[in-house]
Amino acid sequence: MKLHEYQTKQIFRNYQLNVPNSVLITEPKELDHALATIGEKCVLKCQVHAGGRGKAGGVKLVSTLTEAKAYVSDMLMSNLVTHQTDDAGVPVTSILVEELTDIKTELYLAITLDRNNQCPTILASKAGGMEIEEVAESNPDDIIYENINPSVGLQPFQIRNLITKLEIPKDSSSEFSYLINALVKMFYDIDASLLEINPLVITNDLKVIALDGKVNIEDDAMFRHNDLLTLRDRSQEDQLEAEATDLGIAYVNLSGNVGCLVNGAGLAMATLDVTNQAGASPANFLDVGGGADIEKVAKAVSIILSDPKVTKVLVNIFGGILRCDIAADGIVSAYERTKSQLPLVVRMLGTNVDEGQQILKTSGLNVTFAETLSEAALAISTLQDN
Amino acid sequence: MGILLNKESRIMVQGITGKEGSFHATTGIEYGTNVVAGVTPGKGGQKFNDTVPIFNTVSEAKEATNPNVSLIFVPPAFAPDAICEAASNEIPLIICITEGIPVNDMVGTIRYVQSKPVRLIGPNCPGAINPTDRCKVGIMPGAIHKPGNVGVVSRSGTLTYEAVHQLTSLGIGQSSCVGIGGDPIIGTNYIDILNLYEDDPDTDIIVFIGEIGGTMEQEAAEHIKHNINKPVCSLIVGATAPAGKRMGHAGAIITGSTATAASKVAALKDAGCHIIPTPADIGDVVAKVLSHN
Repeated sequence: MKLHEYQTKQIFRNYQLNVPNSVLITEPKELDHALATIGEKCVLKCQVHAGGRGKAGGVKLVSTLTEAKAYVSDMLMSNLVTHQTDDAGVPVTSILVEELTDIKTELYLAITLDRNNQCPTILASKAGGMEIEEVAESNPDDIIYENINPSVGLQPFQIRNLITKLEIPKDSSSEFSYLINALVKMFYDIDASLLEINPLVITNDLKVIALDGKVNIEDDAMFRHNDLLTLRDRSQEDQLEAEATDLGIAYVNLSGNVGCLVNGAGLAMATLDVTNQAGASPANFLDVGGGADIEKVAKAVSIILSDPKVTKVLVNIFGGILRCDIAADGIVSAYERTKSQLPLVVRMLGTNVDEGQQILKTSGLNVTFAETLSEAALAISTLQDN
Repeated sequence: MGILLNKESRIMVQGITGKEGSFHATTGIEYGTNVVAGVTPGKGGQKFNDTVPIFNTVSEAKEATNPNVSLIFVPPAFAPDAICEAASNEIPLIICITEGIPVNDMVGTIRYVQSKPVRLIGPNCPGAINPTDRCKVGIMPGAIHKPGNVGVVSRSGTLTYEAVHQLTSLGIGQSSCVGIGGDPIIGTNYIDILNLYEDDPDTDIIVFIGEIGGTMEQEAAEHIKHNINKPVCSLIVGATAPAGKRMGHAGAIITGSTATAASKVAALKDAGCHIIPTPADIGDVVAKVLSHN
């Protein structure tokens, strides 16, 4: 689950970290009050779950109320397209009005999992404001890493390493140390998978300030963070993906027209690959999961059928824990509910495959059966759209 | 012979009375697996299916039945505890099926496991099977397997079954099949399993299936280049996955140029692997390589 900048900064405040004063607005009429509080010379920052916001015009420095009003009326309730979004972009439903910060130095700082070393790691660089992926490509040696060993935690010498390599001024070092320790604690407290400050700023009077803030919370840990659930902003998510998340179904919306129903993540990726290689284009990744019942399969199929770009459906079920007859019942039920006429190619294998095929054969649905993965891919690519 | 499991394997199932635990303990026993004990706190003294004794703790189960493999079906919030309990009792092979364990919990758990003389496979994996010795420790359908000389290693469940099905359909049997798990932090990596297959006299050829995310496949490729002499047929899935999206598995997410399918395929090609062009060609490529050996 992703958090907005303003939400992240509120958590930063809870950990007594320095962030600029700001007011969040969700309606143009709130702008007057916000500027009265923050000042007319300020920064307006669109709150979206997408990187590359600055380059896409999602951040604006203004110096008068008129300028601010013009920007807010342009951006609020419009969609922002960045290099990380699709062509439609993501809706700007709120704008953060923030005081100006007097910047001496900009740094990059993040905590995330180091898969190779199997522990969280601190990443830092002096190239604040740049995307870390760019730095990693062009100047990989400019990135500083400090791994956090879970047995002893982050040690003071590691913070001293960061201070030296980042050339933190002596009079900022105690604030910097406090910040690092607080961020590590926060990373664990909220089960973050990514915690990023870009840029982290040192001001001319040597204060350490988080000018931006980005947090991803690990989905698998959400079960113990009910308090954070209210921070979810569904407007920023793909609507079909959001629906699937609510049902506990792994679903990713893609650009093609072949709706895909598969059990198992690896097989689902494989199914997309063969479909693509056969010249057809998948509309989605969907792993219905091993323990699915009829209702869950039906809901998964309903999500596929409610996607307007889907013209045909490919089913690839390797029956194990999920029996083929359960899958077939779920498919039929979803077609009945949605009154869909879309044709299907079905490839089923494993537990209760005969029963599953029988259910589909007698259902009246337009089903083509395939034996193997390659037959299924060929069949879906040559199947006439409805 | 096969790897990890054999006729001497004595299986303890942690979480044997749960829905998944009981189902797969039963299919394992039907397949021929020697399930000697179950562990469910609070249900000690009962019997599973009237035959397998259930204990409150691993310590008691070990004392009474001397298991050498633990199979874990405990829910995500409690699975790290179950793994540590098995490791603390030095059960040599621990296979954790559980999906959805928070990564931050695994960071500490993996360190503890590494401090003990045990091997962890998973979490979020389908387990392992040795068709020759009829030993199935996991959630795979036993019937699709056939004894033979191909060693299979993969991260996932159903894709491994797909590979096995293609092999068996062509009359090609397997020495062992292992799914190492789809999470970002797992106990056993590809290299460990490749080494076991390299040393296994019953394995003549290895099928290695990888996916997007992380760089484990590249490290395996580097290892294959220098240390594995048996032929390796390799497939990477996720070529059509968009960057930044989690494709089901917690670990299957493209976060940089090295995590892509293309980067992994290139590394495996460079290591001299037989590249399986699409997931539909697993059986055919293996058959071709076998016929040349």
